[in-house]
Amino acid sequence: MQTTATLPLCPPLLAAAIRPLPLAPLGLALSALSRRLAARHPGMFRRLGGHAGKRFALDLTDMPLALLLAPGGGRVRITAHRRAPAAEVRISGPLSAFLGMMHGAYDGDALFFSRDLTVEGDTEAALALRNAIDDAELDLAAELQTLAGPLRAPLAAVLTAAERRTGVALHRVEGAWA
Amino acid sequence: MMELVCPAGTPAALRAAVEAGAHAVYCGFADETNARNFPGLNFSREEMAAGIAHAHARGAKVLVAINTFPRAGAEPLWHAAVADAAAAGADAVILADIGLLAHTAERHPGLRRHLSVQAAAANPDAINLYAEAFGVKRVVLPRVLTVAEIAAINREIDVETEVFVFGGLCVMAEGRCSLSSYATGRSPNMNGVCSPASHVVYAEEGPDLFARLGGFTIHRTPKGAPAPYPTLCKGCFTSGPQTGHIFEDPVSLDATALIPALAKAGVRALKIEGRQRSRAYVAEVVRTFRAAVEAVAAGRPMPEGALARLSEGQARTTGAYAKTWR
Repeated sequence: MQTTATLPLCPPLLAAAIRPLPLAPLGLALSALSRRLAARHPGMFRRLGGHAGKRFALDLTDMPLALLLAPGGGRVRITAHRRAPAAEVRISGPLSAFLGMMHGAYDGDALFFSRDLTVEGDTEAALALRNAIDDAELDLAAELQTLAGPLRAPLAAVLTAAERRTGVALHRVEGAWA
Repeated sequence: MMELVCPAGTPAALRAAVEAGAHAVYCGFADETNARNFPGLNFSREEMAAGIAHAHARGAKVLVAINTFPRAGAEPLWHAAVADAAAAGADAVILADIGLLAHTAERHPGLRRHLSVQAAAANPDAINLYAEAFGVKRVVLPRVLTVAEIAAINREIDVETEVFVFGGLCVMAEGRCSLSSYATGRSPNMNGVCSPASHVVYAEEGPDLFARLGGFTIHRTPKGAPAPYPTLCKGCFTSGPQTGHIFEDPVSLDATALIPALAKAGVRALKIEGRQRSRAYVAEVVRTFRAAVEAVAAGRPMPEGALARLSEGQARTTGAYAKTWR
């Protein structure tokens, strides 16, 4: 596990380049991807329990972007926003913190203790989401590769290179502890 | 070698603990029968059976914590938890309530019984009574004893002892603390939650982060300072002219350096707290402690630990073991 002191941040130039991009297609693509993940990991929704009906605002502090996640019992909906919209829960932190937690590279409590991550609103729902995702052992890179068809191999190479270059966890951390 | 007993709040954490070298993993069912009844945590019956099979296939044990105190009229929930743990192949159950211990000894005599820290058995007479009356084979000692006291206890008992070496530090007489109930109406003893997240609110107000529990401000942290969880016994309060951590600082237990002394004191097993933590945390802590117990068993020097950043308040203490705290 990496130290939170070295949490990678999105370079300001990249953040500026993202700013003019349209948000609606990003939300649609993320929603479609999340539904694929949800179908593969139904246990996540059992762990979320009554919190699945809530909305989670993920405020990416190093990017001009916030995501609104509505798990909705499996029919996941994600919308992209310039600023974090109103939601039952708001979790703020750099993109690398969210991806690192999702992939088992970072511990959510440690990120919280170090103030790399802040939680506002329904703390219990935030914990349930964190625990549900931690148990699901998600792997974003693997999921993207299955979507890539014949481009699978080049995409895998690109993702691995991006991960190495940026320090942002894009794959599930597996056996890397030993 | 001393047995390393490691936490798992989820099946993924169980697998991570086993892979990282846990000799035993402790976990509980997703209800009020265990003292970490947190949102999104714990095991369904199917997950428990699968987790036990996974651990056994890799030579690790699974201990099922059923360590809250049954509510009058709701005992069947606790009885079912014990029966289901036995049916799933658990290596032991960790119990605190004497009624549940008696029930388990009578109905499941072949199921090994450990005494939970929640029972707060802190002297040889109490431990021997649990051993004689309920056939308890191991006692998890409360975190209020010095190493010398642990050694004295071990000289007068025939059962194994297990002590906490890392993680969240409960500074009260466990199983008897009602602080959480005062602020939230819910306690570890009855509901399996201390300072439950359902009653926690964080708010950034100006430059400070306020952490409130049941409406009471427990911490006010300036920007950049480590943020603790609002547990009542580790809160910062004003009492008379003094403002500070009246009970205990928000620190975590780290008794790594005391492992050789604990081994000499006759301790059989070392326990890591943290069923509410992620699989990343479990893997790193377990791997570090496995290296430490192997070094001690082989008579080698202890490896240097680097676990501070995982700790609450990012600060650590040896707790009561070395009696260096307030």
